[in-house]
Amino acid sequence: MLMTLGTLLQRDLTLVVRRPQDALTVVGFFVVVIALFPLGVGPEPELLRRLAPGVIWVAALLATMLSLARLFADDYRDGSLEQLLLAPEPLTLLVLVRTAAHWLMTGLPLVLVSPLLAVQLGLRPEEIPVLMLALLLGTPILSLVGAIGAALTLGVRGGGVLIALLVLPLYVPPLVLGAGALDAVMHGADAQTHLSLLSALLLFALVTAPWAAAAALRIMLD
Amino acid sequence: MPPQALSDECLRAVDLAAERGDRRLFQHLGFTLAPGQLLQVQGANGSGKTSLLRILCGLSRPARGAVYWGEEPLARVEGGIGSCLSYLGHRDALKDELSVRENVLFAARLGGMIAGREAADAVLARLGLTGYEDLPAGILSQGQKRRVALARLLLEARPLWVLDEPLAALDAQASAILREALAAQLAGGGMVILTTHQAVDVPGDCTCLRLPDGIEVATAC
Amino acid sequence: MAERGVQWFRFAAPARFYGLAGRLVPWLAGVAMLLFAFGVYLGLAVAPPDYQQGDSYRILYIHVPAAWMSMFLYLLMAAYAVIGLVWRIKVAQAMARAVAPTGALFTVLALWTGALWGKPTWGVFWVWDARLTSELILLFLYLGYMALHAAIDDRRRADDASALLALVGVVNVPIIYFSVRWWNTLHQGASIRVTEAPTMATIMFVTLLVMTLACWLYASAVILARARIEVLEREHHSAWAQAVLEKPE
Repeated sequence: MLMTLGTLLQRDLTLVVRRPQDALTVVGFFVVVIALFPLGVGPEPELLRRLAPGVIWVAALLATMLSLARLFADDYRDGSLEQLLLAPEPLTLLVLVRTAAHWLMTGLPLVLVSPLLAVQLGLRPEEIPVLMLALLLGTPILSLVGAIGAALTLGVRGGGVLIALLVLPLYVPPLVLGAGALDAVMHGADAQTHLSLLSALLLFALVTAPWAAAAALRIMLD
Repeated sequence: MPPQALSDECLRAVDLAAERGDRRLFQHLGFTLAPGQLLQVQGANGSGKTSLLRILCGLSRPARGAVYWGEEPLARVEGGIGSCLSYLGHRDALKDELSVRENVLFAARLGGMIAGREAADAVLARLGLTGYEDLPAGILSQGQKRRVALARLLLEARPLWVLDEPLAALDAQASAILREALAAQLAGGGMVILTTHQAVDVPGDCTCLRLPDGIEVATAC
Repeated sequence: MAERGVQWFRFAAPARFYGLAGRLVPWLAGVAMLLFAFGVYLGLAVAPPDYQQGDSYRILYIHVPAAWMSMFLYLLMAAYAVIGLVWRIKVAQAMARAVAPTGALFTVLALWTGALWGKPTWGVFWVWDARLTSELILLFLYLGYMALHAAIDDRRRADDASALLALVGVVNVPIIYFSVRWWNTLHQGASIRVTEAPTMATIMFVTLLVMTLACWLYASAVILARARIEVLEREHHSAWAQAVLEKPE
């Protein structure tokens, strides 16, 4: 069983390595969107600092959302998804592995470049670990919940736009908690509560989202 | 691990009906497929051949009726029905970025079987793909891609093959190889269900199921 | 008990549902209209002005029932969707789809009246109050459900996919609601407190109750009427639907 799951992870990561532009586009989008904000609202350091948590998190939400269309669509188009449904392993676990691969190629890079953007937006060095930790806990939630939306829009007309409407409202809790964690430390408070709640949310998503996405895949391939 | 030895279970379809949108494709369709038998599904375009095959694999739910593997309904087969059959759909399920060998190996391992490089190369050689093992699948022609998809079938060696238009895009040489493989599958006690517009022409116990054009009851031909 | 079980399933049969709903709709609609008229009379003429907000508070007689209905209908929609998904009962699938537009309508109404109320109370049409924000997200959830159903051509797949989405939504609604409320308290936003006033007069309470009942009856009438057409469309191959279509009432 572990062999099958390992094979899927290996295969997905091999595909990312062979076609790195997919992952790079997502990070590129994240960086560009954040770079546009100072141009829009002005360069005052205090204002940028004040906006930083929200700007970084909303950009992360949008970047993840853009990458969701690829989560199952390629496999759907070339017929691999049918083979995945027929695999002897529980589909829920396969979806979990696929989502993990997705996070490694989209979510993790966002976490890794975030310190750079944080410095640009005027965050202090001691605030950066909290930002990274919150993103580390939050971006997997975005991938997991997004997998449900990606599965539900497979083969659907205008799926790319529809996925935004389905998924973005569900992104409210991680947005509030993630941006709130950074906001708390910026105001000299403790981010402990935010981070704990974010962890709880991640656990909940880990248990429930792959199941829902697997059910959605079965429905859409029926 | 899935059973590698061919089993003696039958595939039974009981009173199947399928719908697409509001249109009923076929109804009251039933048959039993025993080890060593081949079933060729025929019918006009849009008569529901692919729908039937997907139902038999458990990918789609029938509007009515049920499919049994031995005594068990499909959904309750131990290890999933996927461990008893290989399904080849319209699309080849190949990744353009992976090499031919990687495609075959990943597919077989995802199906739950341990396959080595030598086994994969042997199967590829049997399909006339020697020398292509390390090339990315994206540069192959349509017919060559189909051959790679067939390689997965041979490597997995499941009791039941469900093949949707396996002869499409194959040249004479590849068709002959496929017919040989089908004959070997039947001789070894395996089962085959396929759709094709051509004559199957395989020695062994072959029956033919013609799907109705309208909403008539399916008849044997 | 066995008898009642049989009765229930006969009621869930599409043909029975079609007939029953057809008889119920005019009554529900009629009583809803009477109650609306009575509620408007109570709200505008009988109930006294609020000692702080004067007459502007009267919009709560629409705003509060609309907000309640919007949440109640989402739960109802999800319940029908899940029943339809698990037990494949056609009437439940039709009901789930029929509830969505009415739920969205009440959500818009709650947002709209909330904005109209905001102007005299806070001087602006929109504040990021916890309830208004949650209501806005609820509207997005309704829109997502309807858009997904509309985007999928195959009806069975559309029913199943949107039912799953409704289930995911209903699990997330409390999480979203609490995170928004928490966000709101952290940022010291404004909050609507009128309904929580301990001194709410009996007449105000009665008016609110009458209006809520009217909204509920109206929703039932519209939803049943819509589900009826939906059932007929889904069953148009069957003998009873053909009979209905050939001989319109």
